[in-house]
Amino acid sequence: MRVAEAWRVALDALRANRMRSALTMLGVIIGVASVVLLVAIGTGTKQKVEQQVEGLGSNLLLVVPGKLDVGTAPVVSPLDLKDVDAVSRVVGDPGRVAVTIASGATARAGARSDFTTVQGVLETTPTVFTRSLARGRYLTGADVDTSRRVAVLGASVARALFPDRDPLGQQVTLAGVRFRVIGVFNPLGQSLGVDRDDEVHIPVTAAQRLWGTQRIDGIAVKAPDRERIDQLGERIVAELSRRHPDTEFSAVTQQQILGVLGDILGVLTGVLAAIAGISLLVGGVGVSNIMLVSVRERTREIGLRKAVGARPRDIGVQFLLEAVLLTSIGGLTGMALGVGTALLVDAVSPIPAAITWWSLALAFGVSAAVGIVFGVVPAQRAGRLDPVVALRAE
Amino acid sequence: MTVAAIEAVDVSRTYELDGVSVPALRGVSLTIAQGEYVAVIGPSGSGKSTLMHLLGGLDRPTGGRLVIGGRDVATLTAPELATLRNETIGFVFQAFHLLPRTSAVDNVALPLVYRGVGARQRRERAAAMLGRVGLGHRLTHRPNQLSGGEQQRVAIARALVTDPAVLLADEPTGNLDSATGEAVLELLERLNAESGVALVMVTHDPEVAVRARRRIAVRDGLIRSDTVHDRPLSGGDGRPETLDTAPSAEPRSASGSGPGHPSGGSGGATGATGRLPRTGGTGAQAAPGGAG
Repeated sequence: MRVAEAWRVALDALRANRMRSALTMLGVIIGVASVVLLVAIGTGTKQKVEQQVEGLGSNLLLVVPGKLDVGTAPVVSPLDLKDVDAVSRVVGDPGRVAVTIASGATARAGARSDFTTVQGVLETTPTVFTRSLARGRYLTGADVDTSRRVAVLGASVARALFPDRDPLGQQVTLAGVRFRVIGVFNPLGQSLGVDRDDEVHIPVTAAQRLWGTQRIDGIAVKAPDRERIDQLGERIVAELSRRHPDTEFSAVTQQQILGVLGDILGVLTGVLAAIAGISLLVGGVGVSNIMLVSVRERTREIGLRKAVGARPRDIGVQFLLEAVLLTSIGGLTGMALGVGTALLVDAVSPIPAAITWWSLALAFGVSAAVGIVFGVVPAQRAGRLDPVVALRAE
Repeated sequence: MTVAAIEAVDVSRTYELDGVSVPALRGVSLTIAQGEYVAVIGPSGSGKSTLMHLLGGLDRPTGGRLVIGGRDVATLTAPELATLRNETIGFVFQAFHLLPRTSAVDNVALPLVYRGVGARQRRERAAAMLGRVGLGHRLTHRPNQLSGGEQQRVAIARALVTDPAVLLADEPTGNLDSATGEAVLELLERLNAESGVALVMVTHDPEVAVRARRRIAVRDGLIRSDTVHDRPLSGGDGRPETLDTAPSAEPRSASGSGPGHPSGGSGGATGATGRLPRTGGTGAQAAPGGAG
């Protein structure tokens, strides 16, 4: 029997039992759609995180005490501003070095208050990280040198404290000390569930005085070029280790952060896809079941086809194609449904979703393969039927 | 008619049911010549269906030699046997066995699908064959839109579309009323006469069997008699010519003819058919009845 003929016969058989074919396909449709959707969400999340990490600024090098590794206990920082000067000398340009000392604090303005993250920083922060101002100005070198009590507010802090008036020139109280608002950041949005606009920048010197410490938490360096970024990191770590022999330091690049995050999100996407794959498997079992019913129901037809000259192979191919057709049509429908749902989720919810060609190809390939795997047994059974017995079947 | 269409030598078929051997055929020898018209008659359970399945290559004998279209079925693989069926045998069943959601012309074309004939040629040949059975105006009708007689004509067209050497009809009128059955029988006989296809008709109905020139009576897995008659419907004198039955059938035939049948089964049956078809029917009925 020719292949085109076998396809036509298989299609006819599916058409003859529309309701049953549709319900059987539903299992495959749901399976494929969930694979496509969940992989899209995983991929979308990964892409968004990557964008955000890259959006921090280019060629960033973060220097922190301790090892940057999952599950490592945080280390008390021995760093102070003299170390920052040393790092600046290694880098050769103080304008490329930023610092931070951060702590949670309640910010008050009049009757309103907002618990936020207060960061003590240098005036270099907007150049090292990519930050832009909506209003006013950022901290200056003079502000830092004189520990001036001025503050730049993140977008959500500004909204919380000054919902109905211009924050510029207003007073905010941080840990009981008054600061004057000199600027407001442009909004950055969420990143990994953290509101990146929920922060207040003040001069690092003012922050140290506020919390009664000489320490800083970490140093960020904007490397001059990408090629020598690792080498620069090693030199900075060497200098800091010389100054603090008892402490281990780490210098991590965005690429390393992306690598770690990518691994975590990759595992997450894999787990999601595997769970969706289980439903695809269940759909496949449904296909197998229906094909067995179909073989039994059409035993007489099989007997007749054999009587008029169908070889066992012809019958087997016919039923195998029927199963593959069932899962392929289900797979295509599931793909359409999955893509549609993913686009909808991406458009109307905060969950990002990105369609990737490989996930579509995989989902379709797997559904067709499910048809083959779960169609083989019923098809073999049909092919091996004894024509005499089959013709006598009710 | 020098080359036999089907040749069976001491063929037996035993089924294994839960470890118990049940013999359905116990050594049958017969030859179906080209263009012959043969009726195989016997009550249900006699082995005539098994014989038909063997003659049609649907089943294989467990003993003896069976040659269909010049090929020994014992030497053939399952696909080769399927191809042999496709090329040599046409089947007509009591229950028609048409594909329900398929048009008449596509039902008829089905055997050509497995022969690898292209779609257009298939339809042309199937349509021509439907024309020969008088259904040229019913090409696109589905089985449920056709009467029983028309459905059986479609099945006959399907059996003959491959131009087989042998047409095996298993109770072809069993599901039809007598008038429709008569028309179907006449069609089968006409096609047998016209195209030279051998017609082997399995039936339990003596009235049907007496129409055939040669009649083979099967009982208890053996050929009880194998006789050739002049055309019974032509009203000839009907002097019987008893053929040699299979050696294994011979003593069986002799012993079976004892009770209530002193003159021998074949002689009694054919003596009646020579005069009138109706009374011949009762005569033929007496033969198997006597053997039981």
